[in-house]
Amino acid sequence: MQDHSETDTRAANILESSGPIQLKEHVVEIVSDAGEGAQTAGQSFGAISARMGNGVWTVEIIPAEVEPPPRTAAGASGIRIRIGSFYITNPGNGADLIVAFNEQALLGRLEGGHLKKSCMILLENKWRTHSNPAISQQYIETYDRLVGEGYKIVELPLEAECLKYTDRPQRGKNMFVLGVLSSIYTRELDIARKQITYAFRKKGQKVIDVNVKLLEGGYAWAQGNVDLRYEVPSTGNTDPQIVTNGNVATGLGVIASGMDICAMYPITPATSASHYLSEVFEDAGGIVHQAEDEIAACAFAIGSSYAGKCAVTITSGPGRALKTELIGLAVMAEIPLVLVNVQRGGPSTGLPTKVEQGDLMSAIFGEPGDAPKIVIAPATIEDCFYSVITARKIAETFRTVVMVLSDANLATGQQPFTRPSFNKEWLAPPIDQSPIPAGTKPYDWDPNTGLSRRFIPGQPGGMHTVTGLAHTQEAKVAYGPGVNQSGCDHRSLKLAAFQKTLKTPTVFGGDEGDLLLVGWGSTKGSIEEAVTNMREAGLKVSSLHLKFLNPLASGIKEILQRFKKVICVEINYSDDISHPMINEDNRRYSSLAWLLRARYLVDVDSWSNVQGQPIKPGEIEDMIRDQFDKSGK
Amino acid sequence: MFNVSLENLVDIDLEQYSLQDYQGSTPRWCSGCGDNAILSAVQKLCRDEQLPPEKTVFVSGIGCSSRFPHYMKTYGFHGLHGRALPIAQGIKMHRPDLHVFVNMGDGDCCSIGTAHWIHALRYNMNMVAIMHDNGIYGLTKKQASPTSPKGLVSNTTPQGTYMEALNPAMVNLGVTNVSFFAQAVEWVPDMLNDIISQAYHHRGFAFVRVLQRCPHFTPTMFDPLLSNPNNILVLEHENGIKLSEAAGRIYKNHESHDPSDIQKAREYAGRHDIVPVGILYRNPEVPCYDEIRRPKRVFTPEMKEAVLNREFDKFSVDIDSSEG
Repeated sequence: MQDHSETDTRAANILESSGPIQLKEHVVEIVSDAGEGAQTAGQSFGAISARMGNGVWTVEIIPAEVEPPPRTAAGASGIRIRIGSFYITNPGNGADLIVAFNEQALLGRLEGGHLKKSCMILLENKWRTHSNPAISQQYIETYDRLVGEGYKIVELPLEAECLKYTDRPQRGKNMFVLGVLSSIYTRELDIARKQITYAFRKKGQKVIDVNVKLLEGGYAWAQGNVDLRYEVPSTGNTDPQIVTNGNVATGLGVIASGMDICAMYPITPATSASHYLSEVFEDAGGIVHQAEDEIAACAFAIGSSYAGKCAVTITSGPGRALKTELIGLAVMAEIPLVLVNVQRGGPSTGLPTKVEQGDLMSAIFGEPGDAPKIVIAPATIEDCFYSVITARKIAETFRTVVMVLSDANLATGQQPFTRPSFNKEWLAPPIDQSPIPAGTKPYDWDPNTGLSRRFIPGQPGGMHTVTGLAHTQEAKVAYGPGVNQSGCDHRSLKLAAFQKTLKTPTVFGGDEGDLLLVGWGSTKGSIEEAVTNMREAGLKVSSLHLKFLNPLASGIKEILQRFKKVICVEINYSDDISHPMINEDNRRYSSLAWLLRARYLVDVDSWSNVQGQPIKPGEIEDMIRDQFDKSGK
Repeated sequence: MFNVSLENLVDIDLEQYSLQDYQGSTPRWCSGCGDNAILSAVQKLCRDEQLPPEKTVFVSGIGCSSRFPHYMKTYGFHGLHGRALPIAQGIKMHRPDLHVFVNMGDGDCCSIGTAHWIHALRYNMNMVAIMHDNGIYGLTKKQASPTSPKGLVSNTTPQGTYMEALNPAMVNLGVTNVSFFAQAVEWVPDMLNDIISQAYHHRGFAFVRVLQRCPHFTPTMFDPLLSNPNNILVLEHENGIKLSEAAGRIYKNHESHDPSDIQKAREYAGRHDIVPVGILYRNPEVPCYDEIRRPKRVFTPEMKEAVLNREFDKFSVDIDSSEG
């Protein structure tokens, strides 16, 4: 895999060279076997950096198995932390510095193309003298080969040093590493101490004391042994901030939306949202119901919504597929429902822990017959929070299903964002339970908007039976030729009415130009970073990011037409047009490209893959350069 | 002595609900369909208990029997094939004030919705579930169901079904937390009414299997029970159903069975020579998932705000405020 932005990184990063090297940004990784605490160390490093005013994005490196074999490339567990002196929106390109607890985990990252060629490596060296000659040989061979290839490796006597502070170095190495990183990146030691105190607050003072000692030990060791100091200046942002991953933000959004019932079934990578909710939802009067299956979870949420407040079900692609029939029912019976789909790689069981944006088409078109529903996609972690609040509002106002398409990248990424300020309107007013005037129809569709007042059990005079069968405005089952047409017409009108409320999205970059990238969901940060860098390099490239995927806002066609070429950048499947079998007659485009082509009759190209990785800004920059090279500009 | 509180006077103007107040659309079931008898029994229960129609919800799946809610003048949810139970659970969890009933067919409950059936027994949420068991798929025109007797000729089993019928009584009584299981036949209204009434008054999940005739596709399926009432074993008890003198003259095969005795209930459930009718098992002490899970107090917007702020503090980048 190629190494992006290698050429200009050093020059661009180094702002001045007196004292610590001043950096605009750096990407740090800590990798280990599962269970060695790399993630705790990384989250703490991210939190310390956020507190020192940096933009931060952290993302966990998660092996697919719970207990993968130790010292294997596939079993590498850990974390990536990108810090910068600007607002960081994505995990970045290759890592600039990696701390590896063994050389196999290091190789896993190296071979995966996650490290820059210039990456500085801090490597636990206890393996060099390991009693098992096979292991020591593996270590020495890897070390010699990488040094031969030009990598700069600092051997780190991690366990040996930690033994000075604890007789259980296995549990303490991570905080020693935090100390090493704090020294290299000139973090304030006092903030680091406070962070440790906070991270271990539930474990008691004794544990805190040991970990602070390890931190200080690591810091001192690096002062004496690593001849490298970096400084990443603050962004200057002074707003109060919180830092969560996207699934926690989604869970917070559920609480803030005023919904009271979340029905779910365990599925990666969605479940951690429900883990978080299970911990706190009851304090706010909510319930997380773990149902017997995905279908029951959706049915439970729909039953609950039908009887009052809108409810939510949180799942991932395969679970969403199982819920299909019930989603159609909710659309047909006009029962509000929020469905959060934390997308993962597909098809089938696919890539459970990896990112993909493969469920856009099924979100919009996945049900039998015509089942119009609203589809929105959060683009940032902060957006995960607000999207759920918005989704409930729309679901209740328009009596329909709202799908929120998050993904594994947002689910596990952590980013500080402005602390939300509570707004009572988020919770929505209590449900109207007043008597229904005689003669009111349960589907008294407004001929212009398709909207009708929903009434719920408990309201005198409103008794009726909702059904998934074709029905009249009185909710009576009827199969006459006009009945289903009329029902479908009115449910579709609701989408049209909703579409009228949408604002045209804003173009990022210039309003017109040579190339427009169109994206949706979690790729926003990478796309905009690439566009910023390429515009600085003089290319007339812009981007458009869509939050509302169904329906699409007005004005998008006009935007597309102002650019000479339009490319959708997505993490889902598209055919490679350079393959000899593929031509314009059989080429399958990426999801959003299909949609834009169909709706606007505009030539839209796809640039996408299903490798299960977040798209790096550098990859997009390469693609942009290629496009301009091809068109001869 | 004359200081009578007005509250203690009977309000003769107070409207009483009549049977008509529970009668929705005219049923479109075949004449002679056993579903009509179940509908009458349920409407009678609503009238006897004076259930406010707006506070009563009938949830059903898909099939002939699942048209039930349309024929009630209450709230109704005619859902999806097999999914009535989890929909009903969502309703009950959110709205404890509602009287929730579930109507399912044998295909609904014992085939496509089996997982929900098993788990509904275990959740033991407060509601009445009636399985209309006619041993055949009617709405889709005569396919074998899990409760079809072995050898039944249907459109999907022209040589007759291959396996013994599933025994819903054994399944019910084998699931952890089962709290009420009764069997009835729709053609003996007194017993049906009694059983449905006791199911309604049960705390927890009351499951009633009603053997129900399908005159169109399997008109002779229950002939052995109809022509020889001795094939029915009526289980009576002071804590179960009571056999009227008149019914006792027809149903001479009756035994006393204490519904609290689950071992005995399982024995009856496993018998092949007779069909036990009555309350096989009842235990109102079994914990109810809805009662356990439902919030014990009212949560104001201010309380929700406090929780959110506490959580924002927890995730605050500024550690000092998170400690506060």
